[in-house]
Amino acid sequence: MKAAPFAYVRPGTVQDVVAELARDGAKVLAGGQSLVPVLAMRLGRPSTLVDINAVPELDRLSRDNGSIRVGATVRQRRLQRDDLSASVPLLRLALPWIGHREIRSRGTVCGSIAHADPAAELPAVASCLDATMLLTSTRGQRQIAAAEFFTGALTTVIEPDELLTEVLFPVAGPGEGFGFGEFARRHGDFALAGAAVRVRTTGDALQARVTCFGISDQPVTADVTAQLRAALAEVGPSPTGSQLRRGLAERADEVAADVVDTSGDGHASTAYRRRLVAGLLAREVSRAYLTSTSASEVSAS
Amino acid sequence: MTGLARVEDAALLTGQGRFLDDLDPLPGTLVAAVVRSPHAHARIRSVDLDRARSHPGVAAVIGPDEVLATLKPFPLSVKAATPYYPTATDKTRFVGEPVAVVVASDRYVAEDAAELVDVDYEPLPAVVRTDRALQDDAPLLHDQAESNVATDRTFTFGAVDEAFASAAHVVSRSYSFPRYSSTPMECYAVVAEWRDGVDGPEVTAHANFHGPFSMAPVVAGALGLPTSSLRLIVPADIGGSFGIKSAVYPYIALMALASKHAGRPVRWTEDRLEHLVASSSGSDRLMTFEAAVDDDGVVSALRVDLVDNVGAYLRPPEPSTLYRCFGNITGAYRIDAVAIRARAVVTNKSPTGLNRGFGGQQLYFGLERLMDDIATSRGIDPADVRRRNMVTSDAFPYATPSGGIYDSGDYHRALELALDNAGYEQLRKEQRISRDNGEWMGIGLATIVDPSATNIGYVGLATPVQDRTARRGKSGSTEHVRVSVDPQGIVSVLLGSVPQGQGHATVARDVVARHLGLPVEQVRPRVEMDTATTPWTISSGSYSSRFAPLLTSALLEACDRLADTIKVAASVLLQVEPAALELADGMVRVSDDHERAVAFRHAAGLVHWDPGSLPDGCSARLYEEAAFSPPQSKAASLTDQINSSLCYGFVADVVVVRIDKQTLQVRIESVSSVHDAGTILNETLLEGQVHGAMVQALGGAMFEEMSYSDSGQPTAGTFMDYLCPTAAEACFPLTSAHQETPSPLTRLGAKGCGEGSSMSLPVAIANAVADALAPEGVQITSLPLHGNVLHQLLNATNGD
Repeated sequence: MKAAPFAYVRPGTVQDVVAELARDGAKVLAGGQSLVPVLAMRLGRPSTLVDINAVPELDRLSRDNGSIRVGATVRQRRLQRDDLSASVPLLRLALPWIGHREIRSRGTVCGSIAHADPAAELPAVASCLDATMLLTSTRGQRQIAAAEFFTGALTTVIEPDELLTEVLFPVAGPGEGFGFGEFARRHGDFALAGAAVRVRTTGDALQARVTCFGISDQPVTADVTAQLRAALAEVGPSPTGSQLRRGLAERADEVAADVVDTSGDGHASTAYRRRLVAGLLAREVSRAYLTSTSASEVSAS
Repeated sequence: MTGLARVEDAALLTGQGRFLDDLDPLPGTLVAAVVRSPHAHARIRSVDLDRARSHPGVAAVIGPDEVLATLKPFPLSVKAATPYYPTATDKTRFVGEPVAVVVASDRYVAEDAAELVDVDYEPLPAVVRTDRALQDDAPLLHDQAESNVATDRTFTFGAVDEAFASAAHVVSRSYSFPRYSSTPMECYAVVAEWRDGVDGPEVTAHANFHGPFSMAPVVAGALGLPTSSLRLIVPADIGGSFGIKSAVYPYIALMALASKHAGRPVRWTEDRLEHLVASSSGSDRLMTFEAAVDDDGVVSALRVDLVDNVGAYLRPPEPSTLYRCFGNITGAYRIDAVAIRARAVVTNKSPTGLNRGFGGQQLYFGLERLMDDIATSRGIDPADVRRRNMVTSDAFPYATPSGGIYDSGDYHRALELALDNAGYEQLRKEQRISRDNGEWMGIGLATIVDPSATNIGYVGLATPVQDRTARRGKSGSTEHVRVSVDPQGIVSVLLGSVPQGQGHATVARDVVARHLGLPVEQVRPRVEMDTATTPWTISSGSYSSRFAPLLTSALLEACDRLADTIKVAASVLLQVEPAALELADGMVRVSDDHERAVAFRHAAGLVHWDPGSLPDGCSARLYEEAAFSPPQSKAASLTDQINSSLCYGFVADVVVVRIDKQTLQVRIESVSSVHDAGTILNETLLEGQVHGAMVQALGGAMFEEMSYSDSGQPTAGTFMDYLCPTAAEACFPLTSAHQETPSPLTRLGAKGCGEGSSMSLPVAIANAVADALAPEGVQITSLPLHGNVLHQLLNATNGD
């Protein structure tokens, strides 16, 4: 369990980082929580590791133009504890689910999104919120929306010479409520199934969107506005959580049947994952709706 | 009884532990990496070591040719045509099986060169499942063998057929027990050196091997050396084992051979990937239990059919998983007749071995599930079925039909205590309400006999009587110590008990201090196993909960003799008869006149400095060795009976679970457990053993499984898939209580206590889950139990 030989560089500027990445076989080292085990098991053999931790500008966490901007070396735990993340409530809900505290202290937000593990939390959050990914290379910069970013298991549109320099999460607007939940066999494990939910209620307008993870080769986003509207029609406009959950239950089963397309493994069969997703959907859509209505009341007063 | 804090902890908690990786015992040591088979079953067409040998920094590379040139197959526990070497020779038989060893300047270089070893494999069909291995047309693992059944023995004790013929009811069930391990924090480690001495080759090996030291002659046999030419040295600190590290020994032979070829000492440290696929594990078992039962649920006879899956080789001490519990195969119950069929099959999985509970969790999964199935089928409460069948307190010593002699116990009192602490009657009421509300709540019991201080004579049972060599029997559960006193009266206790974190030093110090009337500070335990200098024998080692019953008994024997010498010395100083003296408060004093006293250290000083003043015939000897040798541990009888352990404790577990109807997650609401390990030596350590055994049991019951695909690829080869419970999973409410019925066979009345709940809790959890899902018609016949498994079980039931 020792890595194959590799070269190691630690540039101080983004310019130098992308120059290094332009060489064949170079790989970015940020928090190392996925890459280092891959190296130790010789499952990956980059010729050069480009350590980006000495680049000051990549460590920026800021807010502008209605977004939280998270730089490439910002740790998950830093984002979790920073006041800025309060304006993106879905991040606050999701971040504690990532691994264990020790992992969050090293693991980076951008690293998790670039790694694109189908069972990871942050790619789902990025998808649900339609976050924007900023990619930089010697060829320039480009912005990619989450809907176009993830292309499969552990794969994204990032080219080998590109660095994911920043992720922009939109801050929550009035009348938005969120839900996030996942199920794993042990605390801190990758989820067997999970769901991130955003519900927007403004006046009579209703929009509900869910991103499920751990159930396909990438996060799967579905519009569940119709299902939520139908459930509300059934249980009345001011339901309790458990009433709304019951109203959503059967509809959640249908959504789950659609979104879950992973072949099962020893921890969870496809059918069991559908069962888990359905339960999470009903619970988290209900939670998101109830917070969205109370959020709009607060903002109305 | 004491709660004395562990003397071991300060060093461990401040990073001062001395594990083998911290030590550099043999200067100039090189580092090895092992090339392993990616195939579950393949013929080795050729092995080309040239490219690896010419890699810069490589000192030696050895493969099957070098192994066959120097080593003999390891001597097996039974006659079976399944030759076992430390590497594959003709075929590889499990994924992860060593094929070659690269010795280099460091591990990175060794792993680089390991990739250059060229092995040409011809893949063969694999056999993984036990039921498949039993079939005549299954792929054959060992070409010289007639089948994959490596051992098959039947035994009948008492009037079994008559009991079944006259039984009002027969309850018969088949169960399977999964394969899981114990994943200590420290993996295997060996530093070995081969030297050619005057009397032939000599091997010195440092390893975190903890016995049984019956494996020392096994390793020496493979090396073709007398046992004394193999010097085994074990570091004072071992980072856990729970039995698994008993299987370090093949690597001792392998690294000794690597050293022979490298001309330098060789270090090999197993990494986690190697550990998970190729070290060892408990064996998985298919079993059928059949009981002859009367209308009241009282069992008069048992039929037991056990098939262990021991993996690719019958690696010693296997097939002992079948026999470790032979004397207590009828458990806590008064059952006079039992028929047993004991088989082990070889398959393309990694070889099995010791794992905390060794054979107990497998046996009791069948027996205790059966007791619940008897209760259900007769409409009797599971607690009642146990009350009606358990051995009564007036029956001790109780002889089991298979040869066990239960030394002491009060099973009914212990069960009642466990039930009371659980609030059993109230729980059953709550369960009725929960069921009315459509909730899944279950209560599970297990009552088991906890064998300790193994009599290794059970190994002989695997060989039929007519094939056992006369006067070459096997028996014994002896334990050895040396105690000495220095000129200042400081008592040194040399412990060759090779602990892996249990706290032997703490207890030994306490026991010796009490027995010699000294403050604990005056007793210095030293943990050191060096087969060249430490007293030891075949049965030595840390396994089968031997320390508390055996080693402490040996300590008292040695201390008695030391005390005699000290009293003689004090009698010179006090001018009284030695018989009039006693040891207390650091003094030697006249029993009926405490004012007349000399310090222990002055008496010790006299022996060292002024032996001329001792009476004639008194030897100036302040070191004593003792070998506690209980006469009850005899070889298997000609009728195949064996008292397979010296002591038999008892455990009663009561588990309450709730199952979430959406996620199907099993939540342990509470556990009530009562242990009777005889006299308690240290409350804190005993409670630690209870907790540890429970977490290990929880792993096997709900999380861990060494699973394989049908083609023999391990599917839980990393900690991403092999799920050990963490603190978050293990924090269930526990009421742990203890009962003390001292063993009449050990000096302090102590029995072993390191394994109990690892045998009982897996089935108690299964019984609770079965109870919770009983309204759904779900049968629980295997482990582990988690949402995915329950989903399948529930769907299968609904689909009917």
